[in-house]
Amino acid sequence: MASTHDAHGHADHGHHHEESFVSKYIFSQDHKMIGKQFLITAVFMGLVAMLLSILFRIQLAWPGESSDFLYFFLGDQWAPEGVLKEDMYLGLVTIHGTIMVFFLLTGGLSGTFSNILIPLQLGARDMASGFLNMLSYWFFFVSSLIMFLSMFVFNGSIFGLDIPGDWGTTGNGPAMAGWTVYPPLSALPQSVTGSGFGMTLWLISMAIFIAGSLLGSLNYIVTVLNLRTAGMTMLRMPLTIWAFFVTAILGVLSFPVLLSAALLLIMDRLAGTSFYLSDIMVGQEMLTNHGGSPLLFQHLFWFLGHPEVYIVLLPALGLSSEIIATNARKPIFGYKAMVASILAIGFLSFIVWGHHMFITGMNPFLGSVFVFTTLLIAIPSAVKVFNYITTLWRGSIVFTPAMMFAIALVSTFITGGVTGIILADSALDIAIHDTYFVVAHFHIVMGMSAVFGMFAGVYHWFPKMYGKMMNTRMGYVHFWITIVGAYGVFFPMHFVGLAGAPRRYYNYSVYGEFDTDSYAMIMDLNVIVTVFAILAALGQLIFLYNFFYSIFRGPKAPQNPWRSNTLEWTAPVEHIHGNWPGALPVVYRWPYDYSKQDKNGNYVSEEDFIPQNVPLGENEEESH
Amino acid sequence: MESRLLILVIIVIGAIAVAQLTRLYELASKMRKHGEHDIQDRDNYLNARLMLVFNIFQFGALIWLMLEYGWTGIGPAASVEGESTDWLLNVNFAIILFVFFITNFLLFFFAYKYVRKPGVKATFFAHNNKLELLWTSVPAVVLAVIIILGLQSWNELTSPSSKDALRVELYAQQFNWTARYAGEDNVLGKTDYKLILASNELGLVTSATIDSSIHAMRFGNGGIVGLQKLLNNRDTVLTDSTLSVLRTNLGRKERLLRLLNQMKATHNAKNDAPAWNDVIQKDTLYLCKNKPYEFTFRSKDVIHSAYFPHFRQQMNTVPGYGTRLKFTPIYTTKEMRKLKNLSTFNYVLLCNKICGGAHYGMKMMVVVLEEKEYVAWMKAKSSKNFKSSFAPATQPAVPADTTTNEMI
Repeated sequence: MASTHDAHGHADHGHHHEESFVSKYIFSQDHKMIGKQFLITAVFMGLVAMLLSILFRIQLAWPGESSDFLYFFLGDQWAPEGVLKEDMYLGLVTIHGTIMVFFLLTGGLSGTFSNILIPLQLGARDMASGFLNMLSYWFFFVSSLIMFLSMFVFNGSIFGLDIPGDWGTTGNGPAMAGWTVYPPLSALPQSVTGSGFGMTLWLISMAIFIAGSLLGSLNYIVTVLNLRTAGMTMLRMPLTIWAFFVTAILGVLSFPVLLSAALLLIMDRLAGTSFYLSDIMVGQEMLTNHGGSPLLFQHLFWFLGHPEVYIVLLPALGLSSEIIATNARKPIFGYKAMVASILAIGFLSFIVWGHHMFITGMNPFLGSVFVFTTLLIAIPSAVKVFNYITTLWRGSIVFTPAMMFAIALVSTFITGGVTGIILADSALDIAIHDTYFVVAHFHIVMGMSAVFGMFAGVYHWFPKMYGKMMNTRMGYVHFWITIVGAYGVFFPMHFVGLAGAPRRYYNYSVYGEFDTDSYAMIMDLNVIVTVFAILAALGQLIFLYNFFYSIFRGPKAPQNPWRSNTLEWTAPVEHIHGNWPGALPVVYRWPYDYSKQDKNGNYVSEEDFIPQNVPLGENEEESH
Repeated sequence: MESRLLILVIIVIGAIAVAQLTRLYELASKMRKHGEHDIQDRDNYLNARLMLVFNIFQFGALIWLMLEYGWTGIGPAASVEGESTDWLLNVNFAIILFVFFITNFLLFFFAYKYVRKPGVKATFFAHNNKLELLWTSVPAVVLAVIIILGLQSWNELTSPSSKDALRVELYAQQFNWTARYAGEDNVLGKTDYKLILASNELGLVTSATIDSSIHAMRFGNGGIVGLQKLLNNRDTVLTDSTLSVLRTNLGRKERLLRLLNQMKATHNAKNDAPAWNDVIQKDTLYLCKNKPYEFTFRSKDVIHSAYFPHFRQQMNTVPGYGTRLKFTPIYTTKEMRKLKNLSTFNYVLLCNKICGGAHYGMKMMVVVLEEKEYVAWMKAKSSKNFKSSFAPATQPAVPADTTTNEMI
């Protein structure tokens, strides 16, 4: 396979030709440009979602107090006199979750790094289909745009532009049913103001997003299977590629289920069907829908929703594997065990979705099956953690900003992972389900880990993406603010949950009526959380500045700045169509020959790294 | 408006200041002649030490939070089931805290210890089957223990209630709770959402309530007769969209009426009794100490969740779908006030599933009484059971002149 592509590559890309602005920067079919497009779009969406979180954190810490900051962003419509409206609180929470999970950590993380790294680390000229790849980005872009605009639905118009037809006449604001959009709340426009046109836009946006994600994932799978360069066997692939590969498979198998869930919900909303609705009276209005089940939606949603956690997490773990090995100047410990863990996690992620539904009235026996499968996931996860720690042992660690974020990822993966054991235990889940304990758990284990993985990836591969270096010291400052902020936000949040505080509460005034002690505790902790959240958010401005400044004015990158083994660093710094000017590199070894020693403990090479395209030396044995 | 301007000005000035600082830094590093990728030992050591400092901050913060706020946020468990949950929770917390401290320490300590030092090369250590087997099997054994303990507890929590458990239904709607006690026979009457009326808010099924609902569907405010009259009235001019809404409404109500008539035809009046002696209670839920309770749940509109934080119990309420749970309170409200040393304390039932704008205010107070007090309260309450409070609509009232607005 590899050789046929090789020939094709030469014919197609052998000579470099000038491209128009549009085909180079906008409708580009080059994987490197598409990766950067994903990144920039995701950074923008991530900023929006972060801002939303600061807005509702202000409300939670200082409920009912007038805030110029809230008024500045939400205006008279949603924060009259600077006090957030309770409906919009739910809108902010919903869109924050949706953007973070789907647009930043799915589109942004997997979209960016799968695109940039799969062809470059495999020694391919481009993705299997450049055209589908381009479509994948533009679907993502359109869905991002729709999701963003849905926040501005008000009185039948968006930004003063009238919504045509009857569509815009129901509801104000974005979807408000939580990022999981459980019906009937999301199906009945009468039940909350965001379940009007805002919800319709949410569903349309997600449907487009899923289509784009599928195009991308199929492309990644085909590329990994077919376009590896000569010598790049599956077990010589960097762990990044393994992670992207399994992620793409998870996406292809689970996202269509979410699409069907969304389509059935659209039909319940617009066509009067009863997939999710039965025996409902909303306000004074008696509906005739009968025979549907709201639980059906939850099953469909979480059949995607749980693999989604690993769609978010696996790429981050893959990136950090690569970065930790490179900067510890050691091979990743237990490469095959790492690959096996990725596969095991991928498989198990499909049979654990019911742990989100222990208290929905699902059959208790079914619940116990899900307890069993869910807790099993802890085993491959533990293997990964121990392997990371052993990789650091007796290393020669270089603290690049990327390395520091990768280490922080391992820390948050542990911290958030262990509380998962409690939530997976159905008997305990009953007591803390839907409290802030859950919110703290998944933000640390999935949110923080994935975000740290993404930052690590950006710092590490920035030279590859833009041919420039980011400022290291600003990276350090950004890192320390971010990790202190992250723990400062989510440690106390566990205790808010243990005080019994339910999530998605606009304020906790109700606690004042029955337990003033708990109320005082919740309010104290909420202030701490918000202060750290604001600190962490300000820290991100340093990153943004560093990122954009370095794109334009950063110092030029050397070819292999981190002295790394993988193939992308053998490609020239200037981006060219087809990645390598001459023949494709040929692979002779696995990617982790750092500080390689022979059986007698002698170092094999002068340098402490041997790139994959260097043939084995005399008497040298392959490492695994 | 002024504050907006001020914020903008600050942002702009801040950006300019940072830009100037970076330039300065850039010039300085150009003079130092090493690139950004070339991490200097000074920076490297500093970050290694900070890793250790961070680890201390991390542990310190967690320990401080545990000492300051601990697992006492909602006080001791107030039910038999809650006590076993708390025990299991503590076992699990002990395990995960152990893992948390060990692994985080190793991570940051190794990061600190194995920082690059001149002349020291990394050790090539690619894999070791014994170690890998160790940290696959140890977690597996620990998880087996956790799973067995967890499932035992889960089976107890979800097993059927004893026959003598007191049956109470909790009915959720945006944004309040209504309780229904089963009355002397300890059997809850059947319900159907189509029977919901102002006089029958929970939709209990009896011959009389069916008749009332049929009557209301035909002659009530917004009923079929009124709709037909409005649609046939040639003196009023209706817009197309109003007309279509009215026709949809009429079609729906005719369908509902057919279903109600079917219900009437199959309903056996002998089954009325369990519904008639049910006792409906709003605002406060009274429970009896040491009595096992079997709660069933219904929802009128969207999904809610019945969350009893102090009893460590929770169950979603799903429209069109019945759910249940059980628990046995062990402390009266008075006893718990003493235990918590808080004279204003009350038990509570909260909604814990996002259900609309006022979700955060959807609650019902819960009071646990001594058996004597409870019996006295129940006796007084039983005289106001459903039968005595239900007012049937039997007079075929002539629908008042209805306006289009009311009909839509």
